[in-house]
Amino acid sequence: MSQVHVTAKINGDTTEYLCEPDETLLDVLRNRLGLTGAKEGCGTGDCGACSVTLDGRLVCSCLVLGAEANGREVRTIEGMAHGETLHPLQRKFLEHAALQCGICTPGFLVAAKALLDKNPDPSETEIRYWLAGNLCRCTGYDKIVRAVQDAAAEMRKG
Amino acid sequence: MPLDTKTPIPTSFRVVGTRPLRPDGIDKVTGRARFGADMWAPGMLVGRILRSPHAHARIRKIDISKAQALEGVKAVVTRADFKAQDGDLADILDNVMAGKKALYDGHAVAAVAAVSAAVARKALSLIEVDYEILPHVTDVDEAMKPGAPLLHDGMITAGVEPAPTKPSNVTRRHEFGHGDVEKGFKKADIVVEREFKTEATHQGYIEPHACLATLSPDGVAELWVCTQGHFMVRAVCAGLLGIDISKLRVTASEIGGGFGGKTTVFIEPVALALSRKANRPVKIVMSRDEVFRATGPTSSASMRVKIGVTKDGRITAADGEFRYQGGAYAGSPVEFGAMSAFACYDLENVRAVGYDVVCNRPKQAAYRAPGAPISAFAVESVIDELAKKLGMDAIDFRIKNAAKPGTKSSYGPTYGEIGLITTLEEAKKHPHWKAPVKPGQARSMACGFWFNFGGQTCVSLNINVDGTCTLAVGTPDIGGSRASMSLMAAEELGIPYESVRAIVADTSSLGYNDVTDGSRTTFATGMATIFAARDAIKKLCGRAAQIWGIPEDAVVWEKGYARPSGANAGSFEPLSLADIAKSSGNTGGPIAGHTEYNAEGAGVSFATHIVDAEVDKETGRTTITRYTVLQDAGKAVHPSYVEGQFQGGAVQGIGWALNEEYIYGKDGRLQNAGFLDYRIPVASDLPMIDTKIIEIPNKGHPYGVRGVGETSIVPPLAAIANAVSAAAGVRLTQLPMSPPKVLKAIEEGARKGH
Repeated sequence: MSQVHVTAKINGDTTEYLCEPDETLLDVLRNRLGLTGAKEGCGTGDCGACSVTLDGRLVCSCLVLGAEANGREVRTIEGMAHGETLHPLQRKFLEHAALQCGICTPGFLVAAKALLDKNPDPSETEIRYWLAGNLCRCTGYDKIVRAVQDAAAEMRKG
Repeated sequence: MPLDTKTPIPTSFRVVGTRPLRPDGIDKVTGRARFGADMWAPGMLVGRILRSPHAHARIRKIDISKAQALEGVKAVVTRADFKAQDGDLADILDNVMAGKKALYDGHAVAAVAAVSAAVARKALSLIEVDYEILPHVTDVDEAMKPGAPLLHDGMITAGVEPAPTKPSNVTRRHEFGHGDVEKGFKKADIVVEREFKTEATHQGYIEPHACLATLSPDGVAELWVCTQGHFMVRAVCAGLLGIDISKLRVTASEIGGGFGGKTTVFIEPVALALSRKANRPVKIVMSRDEVFRATGPTSSASMRVKIGVTKDGRITAADGEFRYQGGAYAGSPVEFGAMSAFACYDLENVRAVGYDVVCNRPKQAAYRAPGAPISAFAVESVIDELAKKLGMDAIDFRIKNAAKPGTKSSYGPTYGEIGLITTLEEAKKHPHWKAPVKPGQARSMACGFWFNFGGQTCVSLNINVDGTCTLAVGTPDIGGSRASMSLMAAEELGIPYESVRAIVADTSSLGYNDVTDGSRTTFATGMATIFAARDAIKKLCGRAAQIWGIPEDAVVWEKGYARPSGANAGSFEPLSLADIAKSSGNTGGPIAGHTEYNAEGAGVSFATHIVDAEVDKETGRTTITRYTVLQDAGKAVHPSYVEGQFQGGAVQGIGWALNEEYIYGKDGRLQNAGFLDYRIPVASDLPMIDTKIIEIPNKGHPYGVRGVGETSIVPPLAAIANAVSAAAGVRLTQLPMSPPKVLKAIEEGARKGH
């Protein structure tokens, strides 16, 4: 099988890579580009640990082919902080102890940012439904929901 | 114990009990933290495992020749590539790689290492296994019947006198208790006896098992792995591969959840065997399907519980039989289940009998308070029914019979300071218990107990020349333990929390440590950290004495400073830890504190959970509308993470009670090996989980710490069953209380005129 040549913008940088036609974007990110922040929890789109955005839309990167990213913009957890400055969501996750083992955290942060980009003032129910595709087995979600609420409130204040 | 354990528990703390940011936090919110699957090595191969599609089959022959001949395949291994074992390692080896028989759907039978995942997949399809399919059994009651398919030839039930003459699937009988239950039941005015069943649930950690192994021809090996205990991994792998323990260095990666499920080995010995054969590094990462089919869920169970009370609400006798299936090999947690079943109560006459049963299912692994939630479900359901029959408030009935300091526990020892009654009294006072129950909903509660453990622990604390400290611990950080260790070291040394950096040391850099399990880490590693700090303080005082030219015993350590003390000590300006560290090169070299010990004094802990549930009588679906956890932490070192443990345990319990289960087909194959069909609770299923930390200090720990991770999953199954039963108007005795089961119970109840 001959490999596909792809040019994509990843976290703002133009990136070129070769991948198999049937290779997932998650495998490309992790194995070819060394961006291991997105995690494989299930490989079937059920856990959200591999969440990234593709042209601003939240996707499970295990359900997208690496070749599909051609000419598009991918954002991962590695592109969320600006230099030394954490994104408010990252900071609030730390302050609220909204992570225990931390494996689901990148996916939650990417998903929560996608929510706040769309809806800066979500209700608790909206947050819970938006994040229903991201599994966390440690926290019981309480502190995660509170961290997202707090970050949203802070971001609204500007 | 060479170190001073007699110091009284402090009544106030400087940093312990505060909520600083965790030291590994930025790595985890930026995606930088390296988990099991995140490591790479030069020349690395991809390892994949071939698994049995049959629940029970004799392996007549395995032909690997075609797979071996495939371009890009560098090694193929089967059972023949491992050292033959006896004793404890025999079952572990057989589970890691099947020998004469495959004992469950998903049992590993061969493995390959190849240059890519695609080649490895192709190679697996070329391995030919000649199976003779045998009759199988996956249900615990069926497995105990005479004539059931036998998994192991010649398995004679242990713990029965005289020993049975015929083999069976019952590996062991356990019995705990005291008094005379028959006599006790005669004194009872009301007796309730019921049968219960629970299904196996998986720990459901989000990170699949993963490891990267290198084993050279000279026997020198490196292993990178997500595990709850890298020293355990080292011991087991060295044994299975026949290499020296000292030649295998195991590094624990960040771990993406475990809850007991990462306290054993599955893929690590296979990766090492492949690496030895290929002479290249090999990485194995399990798929989610493999995690469900071939790692440990907890037991399923079948139980009978009988409790008698007098009219005024005093329990006269309690008796239970607990039958746990633990998968294909001996070792279900029925012993802990039977021991903890009645541990919440002060009982004159009590008996708990446990049967450990094998079935054609994956070998169970520990799951958070192993065995206890299952038996607590049965016991607390009967307690709830008795309270209703007596017309007593559920909490008052429990307070009347609750274990207290000085109670002889149902499993033997007498309790010291315990907090069960405090959790019950706090529950009674809690706004949740006092609030009116919303229409269409029902409220109930239950209690739970866990032992907590100590165990072998070793810690090193190095004082750096800039006045900071590096704390090396040997227990993987699964939920924020670096933060709690740093807090305890900083508290003892009197320095800022930020001046301590806790790292998880590899197996070659620190003495042996038991696994992060049993709620032992904050207790045992924490205690070792405090003792290591005290050891360092002794040396720091010695250096100050040397600087001042006074005797060592004339120096005391107070709030981070060495000070002269006593009439003849002289007058000197106090020296800070940083002052002493700066000149350590001139006063005798580096300063460090160590502890190596077998931690004892773990304090048992109790919790009370309150739950509101709503049952849709059209569909049988349950919604949890409000939930409150009240638990004794002894001392909450980092309250945010203690709350997180409470909340996480409660939610895992909600999943176990309502939805999660291993579903087997008639062919003995697992039907729901994925997160779509095995659905753990998601954010939209849940309310906020309210918590109340209670602190009754454990006298066995210098700061009063008890474990907190496990107790929180013990009460939810029963608390929810009690609430759902009240809402549905019929007693639910089978878990999970999934919609079809609840609907069926409601319909049957209606037929019987409930």
